[in-house]
Amino acid sequence: MIFSKHGIGGCDNSCCLKIHGLSVNLEGDEILHDVNLHMHCGQITALIGPNGAGKSTLIKAILGQRVYSGSIYFSTFSGRHEKPRIGYVPQSPTFDKGDPVSVLDLFVCCISRRPAFLPVSAALRQKVLECLSRVHGEALIDKRIGDLSGGEVQRVLLALALEPIPHILILDEPLSGVDVEGMEQVMAMLDEIRRNFDLSILITTHDFSMLEQYVDDVVLIKGTVLKDGAPKDVLTSPEFHAVFHLGGAAQ
Amino acid sequence: MSIWYAMLDVLPFQWVSMTFMKNALLAVLVMAPLYGLMSTMIVTGKMSFFSDALGHSAFTGIAVGVLCGAVAPMGVAVLLSVVIALLFTYVRSKSHQATDTIIGVFSSTMVALGIFIATLGGSSFTKFNKYLIGDILSVTPLEIGLLAIVLLLTVTLWVLASNQMVLTAVHPQLASSRGVPVDWVQAAYTVCIAVVVTLSLTWVGLMVLNSLLVLPAASARNVSRNLREYHLWSILIALACSFAGLMTSYYVGCSTGATISMYLAACFALTFACRRRS
Repeated sequence: MIFSKHGIGGCDNSCCLKIHGLSVNLEGDEILHDVNLHMHCGQITALIGPNGAGKSTLIKAILGQRVYSGSIYFSTFSGRHEKPRIGYVPQSPTFDKGDPVSVLDLFVCCISRRPAFLPVSAALRQKVLECLSRVHGEALIDKRIGDLSGGEVQRVLLALALEPIPHILILDEPLSGVDVEGMEQVMAMLDEIRRNFDLSILITTHDFSMLEQYVDDVVLIKGTVLKDGAPKDVLTSPEFHAVFHLGGAAQ
Repeated sequence: MSIWYAMLDVLPFQWVSMTFMKNALLAVLVMAPLYGLMSTMIVTGKMSFFSDALGHSAFTGIAVGVLCGAVAPMGVAVLLSVVIALLFTYVRSKSHQATDTIIGVFSSTMVALGIFIATLGGSSFTKFNKYLIGDILSVTPLEIGLLAIVLLLTVTLWVLASNQMVLTAVHPQLASSRGVPVDWVQAAYTVCIAVVVTLSLTWVGLMVLNSLLVLPAASARNVSRNLREYHLWSILIALACSFAGLMTSYYVGCSTGATISMYLAACFALTFACRRRS
C-alpha cells in the first residue's frame, strides 16, 4: 500500500482510498483482475456481486491479508505519512457458546496490553463503555459473547472496529442473518457513524433494498468492476440484471 | 528446601516424616497452577486432543533418547515434541483438513513410532511403564526447581500474550485484522504446551496427563462468566484437586496422577450440575 502526502490526482476530497489495477491470483486462479475503485471520506460504498465474485478477496487485499498486484493508495487530510487505520467487522462470526469471555474481556484483549484475566481498572471499564456507547450497546458489557444475538454481535464488533477510530471501516456482510428491522438499525447506525466520524465505509451485501436510502456508491463486481455509480444507476443497469439473471424483475 | 521441610515438620500428620511426600507436595503445588493456567487456553483454543497427541510425541522422544543412550532422554523428548508441535502448527495452517483429523494423524504416527523404537531389537517395553503411569513421589528438589522455572516462564507468557492468544482462539480473523501475528501466537503457545507436557510425563504419566490439562478449565467453564472467573476457578480447582489427590493416594496407596484426575472429574460433575443456564 502506498501512503500519499498529497491528494491524489482527480480527487477533491481531502482524504480518500484509491485502488488502481488491482489483481489477485490464488493458486493459479485469477480471482480479481484490474479492479479500480475510489472511496471518499464520509461516504458509504457498497460492494455487490454474486457468490465467488471476489468481494471477500478484495476486502482481504485491502486489509493486507492477500498478496496482490496493482496499487492501493491512501491519503489523509492531516498531510502526514500515516498508515491508514482500517476497522474491520468480519462476516457473521459465530462465537463458541461456552467460551467464558465477556464483551468487556473481548475489548480488553483488543485495546489494552493489560492481561484480560486480571481485574479491570475502573478507567478501562469506562473506556469500554464509551466505545460501546457509539453503537448504543452499553448494556452488553458484562454479557458473554456466546450469549449475544446476531444483531448484538454486529454492534459489539462494530464498536471494536471503531476503537481506535479508523480511516476506513470495512464490514463484511453486515446485513446477513439480521431481520428487516435489524437491517434498518445497522444501516442507520452506519449512517450516524459516517456523519459523526467522517470516515469511509465499505460494506459487502446481498441485500439491495437498503442501498438507495443509505449508500452513496454501489460497486458491482464479478472478477472485476462491472459497474460503479449511484445506487439507482447500478441497480437498473443491464450489467446488474445480467449478473443476477433478473431479466427486469428487480430485487 | 530446608525452609519448606521445616514448615511442614510442625504439621501433626504422619506423612510429614517422609521426605518424598514433602517433595511431592511442593511439586504438586507448583504443577497445579501451571496446569490450571495451561488448561484455560487448551480448552478455549479447542486443543484438548492436541495436548494428548503431544504427550504421545513426548513419549516417542523419550524412546528415541533411550535408544541413543542419551544421559537425559528428557532433553531429547522436549526437543522432539517442540519440533512436532511446530510441524503440526505448520501442517494445520496449510492443510484443508479438519484439525481433529490432523491431530489423529500425528498422534497415531507418534505412538506407533514410539513403540517401534522402544521394542526395537526385541527389547522389553517394561522399562517405559513409568512414563505411562507416572510417579510424582519420585520427584527430586532439582526437578521441582525446573518446574518452578517453567511455571515462571508460563506466567510471563500469559502476562505478555494471553490477550492475543484469547483473541486468536475466539476469532482468528478478527485477531489478524487487529494486527495480532496469529501464526506466531499459535506457535509460541503450542511450544509452551509441548514443553510442559513433556516435562510432566515422568511424574504424571501419559495415560492421565491430559485430564490434568483439560479438566480444570472444562470445570471452570461451567461456572464462569468472564476470563477472570475462568482463570481463578481453573487454578483453584487444579490446586484443590492436586492436594486432595496426593493425600488420598498416600493414605489409600494408589497412583497419585490417577487420583488427582478422579477428583478433577468429580469437580467437573459438580460444576456441571450447578452450571449457568442461559
